[in-house]
Amino acid sequence: MSPISPLEWPVLRQLRGRDALGRGPAVTSATTRELTSRNARADRVVQSVCPYCAVGCGQRVYVTDERVTQIEGDPDSPISRGRLCPKGSASEQLVNAPGRQTQVLYRAPRSTRWQPLERDTAIDMIARRFVQSRRRTWQDTDEQGRPLRRTMGIASLGGATLDNEENYLIKKLFTAAGAIQIENQARI
Amino acid sequence: MANSDCIVLQGGNMAEAHPVGFQWVAEAKARGATVIHIDPRFTRTSAVADRHIPIRAGSDIVLLGALINHVITHDLWFHEYVIAYTNAATIVTEDFADTDDLDGLFSGFDPESGTYDSDTWEYAQAGGGEVEDAGGEKGEQSSTEGDHGPGDQLGSGGAPLENAQVERDETLQHPRTVFQLLRRHYSRYTPAMVQEMCGIDAETFAALAETITSSSGRDRTTMWGYATGWTQHTSGAQFIRAAAVLQLLLGNVGRPGGGIMALRGHASIQGSTDIPTLFNLLPGYLPMPVAGLHDTLADYLDVVSGPGQKGFWGNADAYTVSLLKAYFGEHASAENDWCFDHLPRLTGPHGTYQTMMEMLDGGVEGYFVVGQNPAVGSANSRAQRLALAQLKWLVVRDLSLIETATWWKDSPEVASGELRTEDIETEVFFLPAATHVEKAGSFTQTQRLLQWRHKALDAPGDCQSELDFYYHLGVRIRELLAGSADERDRPLLEMTWDYALDEHGDPEPESVLKEINGYEVVPASGEGGDRTAGEGPGEAGDEGGGSAGSEAREGVGRALSGYAELAADGSTACGCWIYSGVYAEETNQAARRTPHGGDGPAQAKWGWAWPADRRILYNRASADPDGRPWSERKKWVWWDEEAGRWTGSDVPDFPAELHPHHRPEPGTGGVDGLAGDDPFVMQSDGKGWLYAPKGLVDGPFPTHYEAAESPVRNALYTQQQNPTRMLYPRGYNLDAPSAGEAGVEVYPYVFTTYRLTEHHTAGGMSRWLPYLSELQPEMFCEVSPALAAERGLTHNDWATIVSPRAVIEARVMVTDRMRPLRVDGREVHQVGLPYHWGVGEEAIVTGDAANDLLGVSLDANTQIQESKVASCDVRPGRRPRGAAAEELVADYNRRAGVTPQTGNQRLTDPEQEGRG
Repeated sequence: MSPISPLEWPVLRQLRGRDALGRGPAVTSATTRELTSRNARADRVVQSVCPYCAVGCGQRVYVTDERVTQIEGDPDSPISRGRLCPKGSASEQLVNAPGRQTQVLYRAPRSTRWQPLERDTAIDMIARRFVQSRRRTWQDTDEQGRPLRRTMGIASLGGATLDNEENYLIKKLFTAAGAIQIENQARI
Repeated sequence: MANSDCIVLQGGNMAEAHPVGFQWVAEAKARGATVIHIDPRFTRTSAVADRHIPIRAGSDIVLLGALINHVITHDLWFHEYVIAYTNAATIVTEDFADTDDLDGLFSGFDPESGTYDSDTWEYAQAGGGEVEDAGGEKGEQSSTEGDHGPGDQLGSGGAPLENAQVERDETLQHPRTVFQLLRRHYSRYTPAMVQEMCGIDAETFAALAETITSSSGRDRTTMWGYATGWTQHTSGAQFIRAAAVLQLLLGNVGRPGGGIMALRGHASIQGSTDIPTLFNLLPGYLPMPVAGLHDTLADYLDVVSGPGQKGFWGNADAYTVSLLKAYFGEHASAENDWCFDHLPRLTGPHGTYQTMMEMLDGGVEGYFVVGQNPAVGSANSRAQRLALAQLKWLVVRDLSLIETATWWKDSPEVASGELRTEDIETEVFFLPAATHVEKAGSFTQTQRLLQWRHKALDAPGDCQSELDFYYHLGVRIRELLAGSADERDRPLLEMTWDYALDEHGDPEPESVLKEINGYEVVPASGEGGDRTAGEGPGEAGDEGGGSAGSEAREGVGRALSGYAELAADGSTACGCWIYSGVYAEETNQAARRTPHGGDGPAQAKWGWAWPADRRILYNRASADPDGRPWSERKKWVWWDEEAGRWTGSDVPDFPAELHPHHRPEPGTGGVDGLAGDDPFVMQSDGKGWLYAPKGLVDGPFPTHYEAAESPVRNALYTQQQNPTRMLYPRGYNLDAPSAGEAGVEVYPYVFTTYRLTEHHTAGGMSRWLPYLSELQPEMFCEVSPALAAERGLTHNDWATIVSPRAVIEARVMVTDRMRPLRVDGREVHQVGLPYHWGVGEEAIVTGDAANDLLGVSLDANTQIQESKVASCDVRPGRRPRGAAAEELVADYNRRAGVTPQTGNQRLTDPEQEGRG
């Protein structure tokens, strides 16, 4: 904060400087002058890609104190040249949405409510159900004795919002498990 | 797109759904291109186009067919291009009968199964001989159910042919040349028919035809852009084929500013098709094996890469063996057919809708839903929710508590009493997901471009990426199976699952990317090729744990530079052959970020495009048969005689040193079989297909059929609907009567569904965001002033929309943007419904789901549902609550005489046609 001085009185600044009409620097307060954008103050800027439609607009993600403070268009991108649509512009809220869930939840059969669950416990429970359902619903051959080596008891839906590497692991794991009913938005 | 002289956007609303991509359309327009929007609604795209042409939803093939007819009749096709680069000159077997002969059917239809035997669609063989390897046997196979779905399997080229030695007549005079058949097939697609079926007058049609033909040729190119307005029909694949035929005739494929652009709607929907989380595919468009068709690896390769066929599918053995090496590592050997028997087999379509019906029948125990919201976003979403209640366990992974996670307590069915929470046995696991900035990885965008996202920060709380979740789930499953001697557990235990791990013990995404790219296999020291027998499953199970921070994976050598390096002898492993090269030189090419892509028109130093970093596919066609650019203005790739190779602004999509005048020995297969003027290197004859002798299950030529539900009679043929469409006559999936059937007047209006800029699909990534929810807070329906007057609807008030499946309510928007069309001698009203809202308690904004109204009728090529056209009624006021809602729908169906058989007859009774 600069020291208070009569010379800083806006009318004097108007007369002294080039902003005679008082529409610019002459009437800017010290507080305003010292403001910097949160992007300029960010600890780091990371290049990313918008997660909504398939155009693939470049994003710059601004992180301060391990929190995303802003996401803006990446002017370097030859696809989007810095632009984002309303969804891409709102994607900071996707990360910091008030309704975002950060805890694993479990609903038991016939229960009317959620209960929290440890993540490792949940993965273990899912793995056990996977193995059991696979065993119960295994089909070794068809009625003509041709090999099927599959389960029709486990299915999966989703993938178009995920990464290539993630889709790769899902397809590999399910194929090795014989679970063929894998689908995603491309069918819809 | 910016290089185009004319852009036709049809079956999509690009300015609304892809606003930032649309800047290139705007740029083309600023450079003088004409932009035309053809759509039932006047939308944000129409507003900035040079011209909007309203069309009746679902009648696009009539319009495109009439354009094909116009181009042929007025001799406006690109002669040199068409004769050299397409199959126009190829002669078709004399057994082929067209829809003109059979009143809407092609030869080979079996009314029992609703499928075609495509034997009679084949090319005539050179020398007049028989098809070499038993056409009869193939024919039998192609009529099995397993053949359904090939439209999606062919994402990287055409269908395999037994023999690509074809008979050609380059004068195009032979009556059975593709060109003459094409002329005859489309001769009934006239401007008068366009007027009658599409509601487009002759003057508008003539102006459209003039614009596209004058913007095509040596010096100019026209482009088509489409979205789900084309795919989501019972003839969806054929809508796109019709545009492909037209674009090939005009010479607009493989050239800058040309082509047909699929404007896709999810960040990695292209990636999840290339590396498929789809039932019918393995990575790189290799088909999943089908019982009876692919019982052995040899059978499989015979079908995928037919021995005499040309082009790069001839190397399918290298792609397949390398995939199996990537999946099963050292366990895959020549002796055991590279573990081909570890792969499960299909017995028909196992798509998401068939799975839903199996759930309702109690056949599915567990279901993973990851980043998708079928309780709102899938057609007949009411049936989807009822199906979820039949599961034993459900895992939902998402950012928020979407309706698919909470239906058991807040769905409309719980509100109506149809489901009771206390009776629902389903266990539900909700696992919070990481956002796109909390994990590193690649998306493949709509233009085949892979872009890497760097990780910005760790995910909060329990949130986790799918990469981490599935990796750890796999590890846990393998631990549970460790020591198992059961044959069925071997694939899981022998699968490679030893990715490099970070400091948290989570897999490094680049380690997975390297496997996708492919690597040289380093043989295990002191081991021979016979590894499988003595391998203890327990030991394999331990591998799953990996070792924290490990860098080099056992057996993983140098990253491959591209798919040309792949071998069929087990010396290479590759998780997705079309992506080979994305990690060339141990460098993540998808992470390239040179500002603006560097110099040069291809802007190639940004990300990486499959295949082999090519930006325009089949770009050999951008030069004439002698290898010279068609024109200075449209030069892209050309033959450099001095250097003896192809060169230009892009990576040539052609063998680099193959001379344009080269002609192979007749009968040569594979890449060596390509002639210097065969630009379509993934097609089994090297040519662009005006006629598809194989690969589509509903006909070699696109043919107009009405939607499964339509108040309009098909004026072209007696056959009303696509005879191969997938039918599901069930009580929860009723169809409205179509034109000519009793009760059609009960559901008199056509509705169509669509997106808004401010929301994303079923709302999982938008209805939880305050800004977006404020911008588009409420479900609405768009109706014309005329329809509002006819039904007493008031702007801003409520309307109730009823279909044979469900009833929903929406705010009324009366707008001139919806225009009634004069079709088949009468006024047809259309209703527009955005589909982003759903009923639940968690989102910031909720509303009825448009998808509740839709039924499940599928394109037999793709198993995609018809969600752009269906029949409904509209009435003023809010919908009834509770059980009264079901009663209202039941009352409508009683009045319309709807039963599960309604609309589910494959062949149209000729008697019925007269009554339309």
